[in-house]
Amino acid sequence: MKFGVLRFPGTCDEVDAQLACERVAGAEILWHRDRDLKGVDAIVVPGGFSYGDYLRVGAIARFSPLMESVIDFARQGGPVLGICNGFQILCEAGLLPGALLPNRTLRFVCRQVDLTVERADTVFTNACQPGETLSIPAKHTTGCWYAPRELHERVEANGQVLLRYAPGQNFNGSLADVAGVVNEAGNVMGLMPHPEHAVDPLTGSVDGLKLFASIRDHLSARV
Amino acid sequence: MRVLIRPKAGILDPQGQAVERALPALGFDGVSQVHVGRLVELEVADPAQLPAMCEKLLANPLIEDYEIVSVDQAAA
Repeated sequence: MKFGVLRFPGTCDEVDAQLACERVAGAEILWHRDRDLKGVDAIVVPGGFSYGDYLRVGAIARFSPLMESVIDFARQGGPVLGICNGFQILCEAGLLPGALLPNRTLRFVCRQVDLTVERADTVFTNACQPGETLSIPAKHTTGCWYAPRELHERVEANGQVLLRYAPGQNFNGSLADVAGVVNEAGNVMGLMPHPEHAVDPLTGSVDGLKLFASIRDHLSARV
Repeated sequence: MRVLIRPKAGILDPQGQAVERALPALGFDGVSQVHVGRLVELEVADPAQLPAMCEKLLANPLIEDYEIVSVDQAAA
C-alpha cells in the first residue's frame, strides 16, 4: 500500500511523515496545486504552517486544489490522518468536529506528552491496546481543541475521541483532554501531537509508528 | 466594507485575558471584558455576498462571531 503525504507552502513536517510512513509501507509527497492523488491508499496531512497560517490556522489550505481531491477521497471512505496543522486543516474543511484555539498559555510548547488510547478498534489505533499510554511529542501554539457543548456531547457519545492527554499532560487547555478525534464515519482522524516524530528509538519513543501501522493493517485486512 | 471578527462569547480568549491583565500593570484601571479579534477591510461589488464569505472563509462560525459594517456607516 502507499501513503500520500500532502505538501503545502509552509508545511514543514512532510519529510518526517513520509519517513514514518515508509517504515510501514510506501509513501509519496503530493503537491498542493495538483489534484491527482496518484492512486495512494491513505492520506497524511502533515504539520507545519500551511499558507503562513494566514487568516486562521488551516483556513486557506482547505481551498487548495489538492484538498478538494482529499475531501472527495475522505467522503468515499479513504483513510485520512491529520497531524497538528493537518488536524487544523481537516477541522476547517469540515471533515472533523470542532476547532483548534490558541493554547491556554498563548505560548508555543514543545514537549513529550503521554496520550491515553481511548479506543483500539479503529482504522488508526488497531495496533494499540485500549487504555495504553503512548509517548509522543507535541509542538504547537494553536492546539486547544474546542467544540460547543452539543457537538462535544455528540462526539463523546459516538466514541469519536480516540486519544486523550493523560492526567496532568493537557498543556494546551483542550476540552475534556481531547488530543485526537475521528469523524463519525471513522475514516478521518486528527491529532495535535506528532506520531511521525516518534518512530525511532533514537528519539526516545516508537509509539507513533502504531498509528501508521494501524492504517496499513486496516487496509491490508480489507483486501 | 469592514468585517469585525471576535471570539464567540464564552469561548476561552487568552489574548483578551492577557491584554486585560497587562493594562492595569501599566496603570490603566477599570478595564474589563477585553476581547481580541480581527478586522478585515475589503471592497466588494456585491455586499449581499458578504455573509457567505464570512461563513465560508473570513470567520469560523464554530468559534467566532462576525459583524459586517459598511465604512460609510462606520464614519457616520
